[in-house]
Amino acid sequence: MDQLLQQIVNGISLGSIYALIALGYTMVYGIIKLINFAHGDVYMVGAYVGFFVTSYTGVGFIPALIISMVSCAILGMTIEKVAYKPLRNSSRIAVLITAIGVSLLLEYVMMYFVGAQVRSYPKLLSGRIFNIGSIVIKTQQIYIIITALVLMFILQYIVNKTKVGKAMRAVSADKDAAQLMGIKINDTISFTFAIGSALAGAGGVLVGVYYNSIDPLMGMMPGLKAFVAAVFGGIGSIPGAMIGGLSIGMLETLVSGYGNSMYRDAAVFAFLILILILKPSGLLGKNTKEKV
Amino acid sequence: MKVLNKKNIMTLIITAIIYALIQVLLTTGIISSFYEITIATICINIILAASLNLVTGFTGQFSLGHAGFMSIGAYTGALINMEMNSTAGFLIGVAGGAVAAALVGILIGIPTLRLKGDYLAIATLGMAEIIRVMFLNMDNITNGAAGLNGIPRFTNWLWLFVFTVLTLVIINNFVRSSQGRACISIREDEIAAESMGINTTKYKVTAFAIGAFFAGIGGALYSSYFYFISPTIFGFQKSIDILVIVVFGGMGSITGSVIAAMLLAIITTLLQSYSELRMIIYAVLLIAIMLFRPQGLLGTKEVTDLFKFGKKDAKVQ
Repeated sequence: MDQLLQQIVNGISLGSIYALIALGYTMVYGIIKLINFAHGDVYMVGAYVGFFVTSYTGVGFIPALIISMVSCAILGMTIEKVAYKPLRNSSRIAVLITAIGVSLLLEYVMMYFVGAQVRSYPKLLSGRIFNIGSIVIKTQQIYIIITALVLMFILQYIVNKTKVGKAMRAVSADKDAAQLMGIKINDTISFTFAIGSALAGAGGVLVGVYYNSIDPLMGMMPGLKAFVAAVFGGIGSIPGAMIGGLSIGMLETLVSGYGNSMYRDAAVFAFLILILILKPSGLLGKNTKEKV
Repeated sequence: MKVLNKKNIMTLIITAIIYALIQVLLTTGIISSFYEITIATICINIILAASLNLVTGFTGQFSLGHAGFMSIGAYTGALINMEMNSTAGFLIGVAGGAVAAALVGILIGIPTLRLKGDYLAIATLGMAEIIRVMFLNMDNITNGAAGLNGIPRFTNWLWLFVFTVLTLVIINNFVRSSQGRACISIREDEIAAESMGINTTKYKVTAFAIGAFFAGIGGALYSSYFYFISPTIFGFQKSIDILVIVVFGGMGSITGSVIAAMLLAIITTLLQSYSELRMIIYAVLLIAIMLFRPQGLLGTKEVTDLFKFGKKDAKVQ
């Protein structure tokens, strides 16, 4: 029982990070129907920005988080402007392949400059450990969960209460109609990329703090898993991405805790294939009818 | 229609000349063993790219898991070949690898090919990852992460050439058959194809299985040529490598894949000592192709089409 509770605590912390990344996927997919393969690498860049900022200027956790989020937002907008915008009317496969290209580019440009070696993250948070009964909770985990919750609340506020959020919802519902109503589509898409990438950047810093190690290829797997999370929750749905992220984090920790940690990644993908076959629209997704 | 018509005889003669030329260059040592590896890579990549082109280019089913099928062929071929250390064993290994990959292809294809576009891409990617993790964990058979070592080498220029030509001929003929046209119609418009009475699932799975079959051959040749295989070789990266060839050459052009496989292998060889730069160039190339020439080098045309101006095919356009 205690072990189960412990796994749940670990699962929630990992899941919050996945949820932050999944939010970016789901928002971008909702608005331009693109699986942004480069999203996982934006998260990697976020982790590195956090690493360099804290190593060379010695600022604390919160400033590092904010700097990383801002840089990732700029990076995300640039990627969208340079690589995706010219292809807005091309086939989906063309954009998808471009996204894979951008992902490879970010990974290997980063590798070229910082080297392929794994770096250990500076200690930003005190290593205090809280014992509740026999459950161990680390300070990092508390920070991760709180940061994730705060960011998700801000996101919910932006999407549901502000004018730009309304524009985002309108564009994802019907691009042409939104344009006729005077919404600037390009600005809205840019803004979506900025928010999504900022969340990924935050996820990167949190992972650096949690696992204490970063490398240029770290974005690949979590990126794909976050996508699985987004699909599970129903792609395009923001609450769905949160639930999906937490579930995938939970699934992963439970498989490594009770089964074989080597099968962790396989379990996530098997889960994905099951969802796609049984309920392709995901938990909270809308069913779309196919029209001729 | 006669099999030995003028066109086929010409093709046969050209094929024989290419084989003889390279064979002479190899035996006289003009092509050193270093460049022989490049030739092997080109042949294996042609097989892989042509088979992926059938699935992605001709049938329009976007697959990101081709390395998974390749790994099945590689492991099956290697295991059979290590048991039977002879040319016969090698050929049985290649056949076994191909059949195993095709069976897995059918098994995976039936459920996943109901999905479309992006979702199919992710599902095939996930499936390839699952296959890789399986090989990683079957320690007693596949030796886990350490990989299989000391696979006997029977792949030489003769077999590489034979299998490459075989792959190209069979895929080319399949694409031009009625089944192949059904596949192309699925790519063009799945709903329209279905309403014309084409059993889309059947043809998609057929294309997928044939693609997997030849990927298995490619994998088996790979294992036999390079002595050593491990699960990391067949990761996501490998699938992307194959996809880049297909996209670069043109989705729906077999000769395009052949040319792209050659060009990219030559680029890779030239950039051998800068492996990190190679990946950056790859990435930039991929983005640039999509931005400036999304249809690839040849689009859906074949090289032979380019020499047909004024002939009756040109009128169809």
